[in-house]
Amino acid sequence: MRRLLWLSVVLALVVAYPLLFSTPFQQRLGALVLLYAIAASAWNIVGGYAGQVSVGHVVFFGCGAYAAMGAYAHFALSPLVGIPVGIVISVAISAIIGVPTLRLSGHYFSMATIAVAELVRLIVTNTGYLGAAVGLSGPTVPRNVFDLSFISALPYYYLFLAVLALTLGITWWIANSRMGFYLRAIRDSERAARSLGAPASRTKLYAFMLSAGLTSVAGALYAMMFGFVDPESGLGILISVKMLIMAALGGAGLLFGPLVGAAILVPLEEISNNLLGGKGAGLTFVLYGAIIVLIARFQPGGILMLVKRMIAKRRSKLPSAEARGAAHAP
Amino acid sequence: MSSILVQVIVGGLLLGAVYALFSSGLTLVWGMMNIVNFAHGDFVMLGMYVAFVVWTLFGAGPWAGAPLAALVLATLGVVVYFGLIRDIMKGPMLAQILGTFGLALLLRYSVFWWFGANFLSLPENLVGGTFEVAGLRIQASRLLAGAVALLVTLGLHLLLTRTSLGSKMLAVAEDSTAAQLMGIRPDTMQAIAWAIAAGATGLAGALIATFFYIVPTVGETLGIVAFVTVSLGGFGSVPGALVAGLLIGVIESLSGYLIGPVYKDMVVYSLFLGFLWFRPQGLMGKS
Repeated sequence: MRRLLWLSVVLALVVAYPLLFSTPFQQRLGALVLLYAIAASAWNIVGGYAGQVSVGHVVFFGCGAYAAMGAYAHFALSPLVGIPVGIVISVAISAIIGVPTLRLSGHYFSMATIAVAELVRLIVTNTGYLGAAVGLSGPTVPRNVFDLSFISALPYYYLFLAVLALTLGITWWIANSRMGFYLRAIRDSERAARSLGAPASRTKLYAFMLSAGLTSVAGALYAMMFGFVDPESGLGILISVKMLIMAALGGAGLLFGPLVGAAILVPLEEISNNLLGGKGAGLTFVLYGAIIVLIARFQPGGILMLVKRMIAKRRSKLPSAEARGAAHAP
Repeated sequence: MSSILVQVIVGGLLLGAVYALFSSGLTLVWGMMNIVNFAHGDFVMLGMYVAFVVWTLFGAGPWAGAPLAALVLATLGVVVYFGLIRDIMKGPMLAQILGTFGLALLLRYSVFWWFGANFLSLPENLVGGTFEVAGLRIQASRLLAGAVALLVTLGLHLLLTRTSLGSKMLAVAEDSTAAQLMGIRPDTMQAIAWAIAAGATGLAGALIATFFYIVPTVGETLGIVAFVTVSLGGFGSVPGALVAGLLIGVIESLSGYLIGPVYKDMVVYSLFLGFLWFRPQGLMGKS
């Protein structure tokens, strides 16, 4: 009951945020937090719940971004048309990577995803149709509302919020279905899960494909907001890193973990870039690296897990105090 | 025509020997502790920067730079082992991958912040220019790098197979509890393994720096090369890494020459993915 109350308070704050903090910078920051939260939540399905650490999720992000911009640049269609195309391509690629590597131990999967990400980036950088090193642009002047090209960040904020809600809804549904139990069992011990009859390879593959499709939606939304995509912004390995670190910082394998991670890291990056200027980019990633190392070393469960454990500790103390009181009463 | 081809193959073999050396470091740690160091390519990158700093500060070539790089990286290896690896080894897979991946970012962007993103290079004739043998033009720097890398890789193999230290390390790799009961400290052995692996990697970095571009993100490319080499050669096998390293050097050079320089990385990455599909245990591994 109290949990529900807290949840509705937070939800109300999230919905009201761009009205309470209404400068363009704040609204844009809010939209970016939600956008990265979508991508990190999508990563969380395979990286957090299934425990298969993909470092190549940027490929799916890029598929979405390029499909959305390609729909406009080559066919003069609304970037929205690119979303289903990006999803189909992403799911196909994820199957191609996933079928061989998800049978192997987790390390192979991580390495293969890095290699795929680099391979795709190199191919796109050398493909004229996809704009090579320059990239593709969206509509400079919106023709109608379906071009999703707005000056204010406000429409993006609510659009991203809706997509995030959908993503989290799907994640929640998966986590509480039979598949969610399989995934957690596989993460904790694949051998044990297999021995009990969980179809490990197939379940991991489905999670990977679902995660890829959702990530591609995040990529498409990103490209629509920024109006262009190039190999660096759409396929750079650092985008994978951001998804990974946001999920891990907030709490990998927890529903709201990626959102918490994004709410901490996106403002951090924006502020440090503003304060430090061009040189800040390097320092921001030094900081990112340090944060990842510290999480891995001291708190692999992330911030939310820490909070959960603290709450559980307090709860476990309370009843025992009551019990002692009861014992003394008579 | 054919003499150019021979030239390309020889060049590939020399580069491949360096690949073999730094991949040996990765395979050693992997085989012994079943942990993948995602910062491995960045260890090579640090070796390159040590060589560069030694040259800018003292004007000294790889004669001074390479041993120093090995020493610096070996120290870093021990620090990383005790500060990070020892603890994350016991944690979940996510923590293992995150830990070394975070380390990679930390190293890469610290160097980026300090040296900037510019491409650096050592003077071309730092190591004795170019000479001709039997109609082949060979750069002295590449010959030196290839020869030293080959010797050190063989030395590593002998160390692991012919010395008591090597036997102790293998014992820990097989069963660390049993090794402990025999009076071997797994902690010490694993720290030594990290020192050797990182030292060899730093040495390889300093050697390759004499003819390779130096940039903070070079570790990303070289790290993938090391993954390809190790997965091709079989995990934990130094001779496997040697054969695979030479092979990849040649494949890279040939595809650069025959298809185009832009495509040589693509060929190597595709090869890697192909191997994961069809022969994940590597060329020499048992199925």
